[in-house]
Amino acid sequence: MGKTLYRKIWDAHTVGTLPDGRTQLFIDSLYLHEVTSPQAFAMLRELGLPVLHPERCYATPDHIIPTDDRTEPYADKRAATMLSELRRNCKEHGIRLFDMPSGQQGIVHMVMPELGITQPGMTIVCGDSHTATHGAVGSIAMGIGTTQVRDVLATQTLAMSPLKVRAVRVTGTLRPGVTAKDVALHIIGRLGAKGGLGYAYEFCGSTIEDMDMDARLTLCNLAIEGAARCGYINPDDKTFAYLKGRPYAPTGAAWDAAVERWKSFASDADAEYDDVVEFRAEDIEPTVTWGISPDMSIGIGEVVPSPEDAPDAESRKARTAALEYMKLSPGTPIEGLPVNVVFIGSCTNGHISDFRAVAPLLRGRKVAPGVRALAVPGSQMTDRQCREEGIDTIFREAGFEWRLPGCSMCLAMNADKLVGDEICASTSNRNFKGRQGSPTGRTLLMSPVMAAAAAVTGCVADARKVFQLGE
Amino acid sequence: MPLNKITEVIGKAVPVPGADMDTDRIIPARFLKCITFDELAGTMFYDERFNADGSSKGHPIDAPQHAGAVIILGGENFGCGSSREHAPQAIKRSGIAAVVAESFAEIFFGNSTGIGLPCVCASHDALVQAMRLTEQAPDTAWTLSLADMTLRGGELCLPVRMPEEAREALMQGRWDAVVELMNAPEAVEALAARMPNPQPHC
Repeated sequence: MGKTLYRKIWDAHTVGTLPDGRTQLFIDSLYLHEVTSPQAFAMLRELGLPVLHPERCYATPDHIIPTDDRTEPYADKRAATMLSELRRNCKEHGIRLFDMPSGQQGIVHMVMPELGITQPGMTIVCGDSHTATHGAVGSIAMGIGTTQVRDVLATQTLAMSPLKVRAVRVTGTLRPGVTAKDVALHIIGRLGAKGGLGYAYEFCGSTIEDMDMDARLTLCNLAIEGAARCGYINPDDKTFAYLKGRPYAPTGAAWDAAVERWKSFASDADAEYDDVVEFRAEDIEPTVTWGISPDMSIGIGEVVPSPEDAPDAESRKARTAALEYMKLSPGTPIEGLPVNVVFIGSCTNGHISDFRAVAPLLRGRKVAPGVRALAVPGSQMTDRQCREEGIDTIFREAGFEWRLPGCSMCLAMNADKLVGDEICASTSNRNFKGRQGSPTGRTLLMSPVMAAAAAVTGCVADARKVFQLGE
Repeated sequence: MPLNKITEVIGKAVPVPGADMDTDRIIPARFLKCITFDELAGTMFYDERFNADGSSKGHPIDAPQHAGAVIILGGENFGCGSSREHAPQAIKRSGIAAVVAESFAEIFFGNSTGIGLPCVCASHDALVQAMRLTEQAPDTAWTLSLADMTLRGGELCLPVRMPEEAREALMQGRWDAVVELMNAPEAVEALAARMPNPQPHC
């Protein structure tokens, strides 16, 4: 019986078994940002321990970084302290930091794949749940807590138990206007926000194979929203083409050897899975969330569901609470719901391909009156590419604010926040209560093209109609 | 670094019902701007408990009859969302010593175990019973026993469960793994020497 990629990487990185039965797992790379690392360095100091392998750590500031004015010191003193702590800790321990002047700063989950630091066959962790993103190249990548960040800093290992593996197979051709974001929201909607508890998701099937790397990164990024701690895609020629020539990718003979090694991690044809679920690409519509959990989503042509139709008492209660928070009534068509803010960015949809997809649609169009629209590239590299291609100009001419790279309004730890109960059409990853900075703010998750349609019409709209995206 | 062995938690309980209690609700992002966890006491469930003007929303945690509760009774997928350890840290530093829920998000569960905050699962029916009793008789002194994996209170004796490794780690006072992770330096270095470590070539 063959093995899954998950099992192969797990076995190759197993140091041993701990007395409590957990595996001691070797971690290839630890990624760091300013929010979940200072406490870990403080714990390390308290224990009097050094960083064991600083050359396996890579840091960049992202969560608290302002996206408008970066003149230091920042107006937000606490944000300034967190940034200076990251700098101090990296300097003290000899850890590579992609700071603003490097031109390589950005959201950690954008920067590491773009630099080619994220490679197949690796174990990758970061104090951030969206670390799942990096599984897109064929690695085991997962979010961890701060005490575990300390463990990796001190020992380059973690105490873990293996997950089960579910093959999530999507086959067929996506219809025009349907993107990786819609695929992810569709899967989460069907399997539930807790459907992946205890599992790693292997995304496979012809639809996934057809996706470019940015789309794969989007899909794996959202695995955690379905409760799967990691999601991954077997490395293939697209993966290798993506990595080739990136600053941290191997070159020459080392490249050829690396590709051979990477290929060996792909799941065997006869690999055994703990579970298999299947989806058809043709069934997936442009999808929008209506509630306060990422599994509360509907196709653009559908209406806000009623608690009465919920399958059980618990979901009935959850729907009622969500409708109350969202100030929505059952039966309301989601299409046509007015929005106040549009946010295109985040580690989910802040990629170059996201901006490339939207730019031609915005050309010659304007953001609807009264709508505040933010475009926030995920990294300085993506920002540079957009500027070189004139994409930023198209966004600006349409009425978007073109901002500097960071997490921004995905979790609103900087000044980019919703106000009061504003509704935001957002390409980010979470529609939780208060997620975008206002305790009563409302988030509708959707793809970048759908967010663009909302921007130009001022309400939730079907991008296929607005932009004539024909079959 | 001797750790305390966590075998049981005794005290009052407080219901925090609802599925998918995400870590943004457990601790909103604005409270994450700290460089240690020391300031997190009292921040748990902040926006669930208080209005923008600081007035109470009447959350069970702030109800006088639940004052001093040490056990949270929750729903399915408790702690989903962000990996922020601030969430279990805020819970623990607010005086809670255990969480009993239908299920837990993986990262939250690991973070909690690692700081000595037991998270145990109970069935939906068991939690309904426990919540009912806690509402009817809030002074009920519950005993969560990791030794026999039960939650006992009043006439109730409810089965609970958790992964054996986590139970073992808590009961043996080995929940902070760092000491044991330092016990195999040769094996770790052998892997470190063998596993690729991306470096810039330009």
